[in-house]
Amino acid sequence: MSMVTLTINGQKVTVPEGSTVLEAAEKLGISIPTFCHDPNLTKPGACRICVVEVQGARNLPASCVTPVTGGMVVETHSAAVLEARRTILDLILANHPLDCLTCEKSGACKLQEYAYEYGVAGTTFDGERHDYPLDDSNPYIVRDMNKCILCGKCVRACTEIKGQHAVDFARRGFETKVSAPLDNPLGESECVFCNNCVTVCPVGALSDKQLLGKGRAFEVEKEPVTCTFCDAGCEFDVVKRKGKVLGVAAKAAAVGRPLCLKGRLGLDFIHNPGRVNPPLMKDDNGQWVETPWEAALGLSEVVAKLARLKD
Amino acid sequence: MKSLMDKCCDKCQSTVENQCQGYIKCRLEGPFCHQDEGCKEKRAAFLAGINIPAGSDKKKILICAGTGCISSGSLKVSDKLVEELEKAGLTGQVKVTTTGCHGFCEQGPIFIVEPQHVFYTRVQPEDVAEIVESHLKNGQVVERLLFHEPSTGQTVLEYNNVNFYARQQREVLHNCGHIDADSIDEYVANGGYLGLTKVLSGMSPTDVVEEVKKSGLRGRGGGGFPSGLKWQFTQQAAGDKKYVVCNADEGDPGAFMDRSVLEGDPHSVIEGMLICGYAIGADEGYVYVRAEYPLAIKRLTTAIEKAEQYGLLGKNILGSGFSFKLKIKAGAGAFVCGEETALLNSIEGLRGMPRPRPPFPAVKGLWEKPTNINNVETFANVPLIFRKGADWYAGIGTEKSKGTKVFALTGKVNNTGLAEVPMGITMREIIFEIGGGIQGGKKFKAVQIGGPSGGCLPENLLDLPIDYDSLTQAGAMMGSGGLVIMDETTCMVDLARFFLNFTQKESCGKCIPCREGTKRMLEILERICDGQGRQGDIETLERLGNTIKSASLCGLGQTAPNPVLATLRYFRSEYEDHINEKKCIAGVCSALLTYFIDEELCKGCSKCAKVCPAGAITGVVKEPYKIDTDKCIKCGACIDSCKFGAVKRG
Ligand SMILES: Cc1cc2nc3c(=O)[nH]c(=O)nc-3n(C[C@H](O)[C@H](O)[C@H](O)COP(=O)(O)O)c2cc1C
Ligand code: SF4
Ligand code: SF4
Ligand code: SF4
Ligand code: FES
Repeated sequence: MSMVTLTINGQKVTVPEGSTVLEAAEKLGISIPTFCHDPNLTKPGACRICVVEVQGARNLPASCVTPVTGGMVVETHSAAVLEARRTILDLILANHPLDCLTCEKSGACKLQEYAYEYGVAGTTFDGERHDYPLDDSNPYIVRDMNKCILCGKCVRACTEIKGQHAVDFARRGFETKVSAPLDNPLGESECVFCNNCVTVCPVGALSDKQLLGKGRAFEVEKEPVTCTFCDAGCEFDVVKRKGKVLGVAAKAAAVGRPLCLKGRLGLDFIHNPGRVNPPLMKDDNGQWVETPWEAALGLSEVVAKLARLKD
Repeated sequence: MKSLMDKCCDKCQSTVENQCQGYIKCRLEGPFCHQDEGCKEKRAAFLAGINIPAGSDKKKILICAGTGCISSGSLKVSDKLVEELEKAGLTGQVKVTTTGCHGFCEQGPIFIVEPQHVFYTRVQPEDVAEIVESHLKNGQVVERLLFHEPSTGQTVLEYNNVNFYARQQREVLHNCGHIDADSIDEYVANGGYLGLTKVLSGMSPTDVVEEVKKSGLRGRGGGGFPSGLKWQFTQQAAGDKKYVVCNADEGDPGAFMDRSVLEGDPHSVIEGMLICGYAIGADEGYVYVRAEYPLAIKRLTTAIEKAEQYGLLGKNILGSGFSFKLKIKAGAGAFVCGEETALLNSIEGLRGMPRPRPPFPAVKGLWEKPTNINNVETFANVPLIFRKGADWYAGIGTEKSKGTKVFALTGKVNNTGLAEVPMGITMREIIFEIGGGIQGGKKFKAVQIGGPSGGCLPENLLDLPIDYDSLTQAGAMMGSGGLVIMDETTCMVDLARFFLNFTQKESCGKCIPCREGTKRMLEILERICDGQGRQGDIETLERLGNTIKSASLCGLGQTAPNPVLATLRYFRSEYEDHINEKKCIAGVCSALLTYFIDEELCKGCSKCAKVCPAGAITGVVKEPYKIDTDKCIKCGACIDSCKFGAVKRG
């Protein structure tokens, strides 16, 4: 693969041809904010928070979709870039309910993170704000479209990973929103509750009903596990608070990790007192008895041989 | 021979499957493959029936059947004409042809008598009998139906002497209004498909690209990108399947040049696309036309059918081995679908939202295949370049902008319509010569060029030679060529508000600077027009405008602030007056106007007091009335009611 060398913030970096400026910056440990970018999804270049200054370019290109070229000179935090990012944050906040105090996403919200990083305390604009009703119609997902920043990740996760395409953009201009067909509530859509959309949403627009009110990112621990309900073996996070399991969340939107409803809702088993831990086998009397794993799997002999070999 | 396209006799060997290379030339000067004076005469007679030679005793009537003239009743005129000619026994002598648009729609229905070029305007069905009796039968021109020059009041006999046409250079539009758009015969009789013939008889695809580069042709859809270079990128892109796409979305409010070309000369676009297809190695094309253009779609459909029937679309065109098919895609009329990548999404059946570039369509376009997209007018220029030569073409225009440009002239000028002029002409010539000056003798204020993506030029730039680069430098843009002329009664803040309202509503909603930023700019402008402007608003508009321009994804957002920034550049004091003095000198922003009664003129009739819904007008009958400005809600009802012009606004 041919390599390309470019300069970012005065540092030289060499990356494979076809990489984006964002990827090259990551390699140097330079962090560029992103809302709509997700390595597992197609790249729309929509939110523009990741813009950078490229010497010789007329505008500020979005680093997540700009391929590197040899000799390119990039500034990721120049005055013009900071001005653009702050303006974008200012514009988002002009149409965003600032209820971080009670928001489920607090602590894991990208908008909150970047507002802090770029020192944007609030909006300088006063004008129309959306006032959509809360969509509580889906049994597993709560949607607050007033918080949506229209990054489109949920649309892509639903379409590209799940192939479900339960939601897409509707309308134009300021009225643009993500909606189910015919502007129906999500509960009356083709949604199959995979929650991929909830996982990718960078703000608090989509929440998992199961976890609602049970704790925010900084109050919970996450433990990666592999689901055993079927042989797909999806990876997900078990979300715990003070050791007690609250629920299960997908780790990321990615093919092969769809995290089906069974995996997430089968959670009740954990706390079920009837849950069986060691394997059981019927004895000669037809009674269930606890059995070591080797015996249950019919591997006693093999294990014994291995043990001998080891000696 | 029923059509010029038919064979002259059985000796002709050309078939649709195995077409003769000289097929088109043969229609004009043939036959070549066999000597037969009879066949030659047949062809010549056919051609003389299409373009009637000067001095002939036959006549041809051109009646405009463009969208504009149809809506002013031209089809009824042509029906009536056929009927009257029959009554007068002139059917064999006078041929009636319905044509595409002449670009002078406000004077429609347009009625031309050829070969004398006699130019009748606003002809109604009840005028037809008189024209037939007086002019066609007795050779007496009907004076009252001739065009009156608005500046001098004089009548003009021939259309090429009308000021509106005299200063134009109609190259792309040379057929529009002069041929029957549904007739491939008429297109071919006027040089049609000769450009394609030249290309397919010996030029290599690279020769074709080089010729377009040499001509200096630049895209007429807005950006002005050099077309030859674009073709070259697509030609060089790797891929076994490539596409040619014609952008006929034409979303700029007021622009209708593309519609006129499609309605008046659809084959020129097909020919341009064929030449492009050959050059880049594509075998398939799409024309993306907005569904609001049903007549254009109908004429184009007919033209495609005719071209297929005679082997100019399909397999092995002109025996060259080159094959090409063409499809029409009707778009649902979103402004953003004119943006090339949104257009591609729309053809693919997706929501019309722009894609990031790169990859450019030349590399990854329609269904990820290399695709060359050009505008209607761009394609319509191509046959001319090959028929008349790149050198001829490059001889028109300025150093960096070659050829002609069609402008749509609207607003406060005397003559509105489509005008094709050489690049480098001044705005003064367009407005005061072609346009015949400002209506009602008012004072020129500014011209908005390039629609919602463009900007305005003030009076001191009237003598700027217009081309792509001079306009961009002046803060405007060629755009698709919309020209809105404004006089002293136009408020520039209100104008900026109007265009921003358009772009905000048409933003696809994908990116934050455009979707949210234009909304906030619009709100500020609305506030200023409403008398609620604040200190700092101008600076916010500039700051926000510049960020939207530099950070937006597509051309819509990147140009949306232009009308605001340009008016701020040239008419900043109007903004300041609105904000600081709460005054609108043009008298447009109603919230900033006060109403008062001129005591000298008031007769004390009490009429205004009766209509005032706010009870703000009081007085004693037969004495001057008074308006209480605190109570006045500025609805303007009093002005309309006063017979003596005593109520004033200012
Ligand atoms: C918002 C927007 C609207 C546009 N609308 C049109 C249009 O209606 N017709 C058109 O030909 N080009 C339009 N364009 C320009 C196209 O993106 C593209 O540049 C053009 O079709 C290329 O053809 P050309 O090189 O022949 O000009 C538009 C661009 C933008 C950003
Ligand atoms: S839960 Fe899954 S199916 Fe439902 S909207 Fe989200 S991504 Fe689509
Ligand atoms: S709901 Fe979330 S993921 Fe979907 S568009 Fe809005 S902000 Fe993005
Ligand atoms: S600039 Fe406007 S129209 Fe273009 S992609 Fe962004 S939101 Fe859509
Ligand atoms: S992260 Fe690059 S445009 Fe959204």
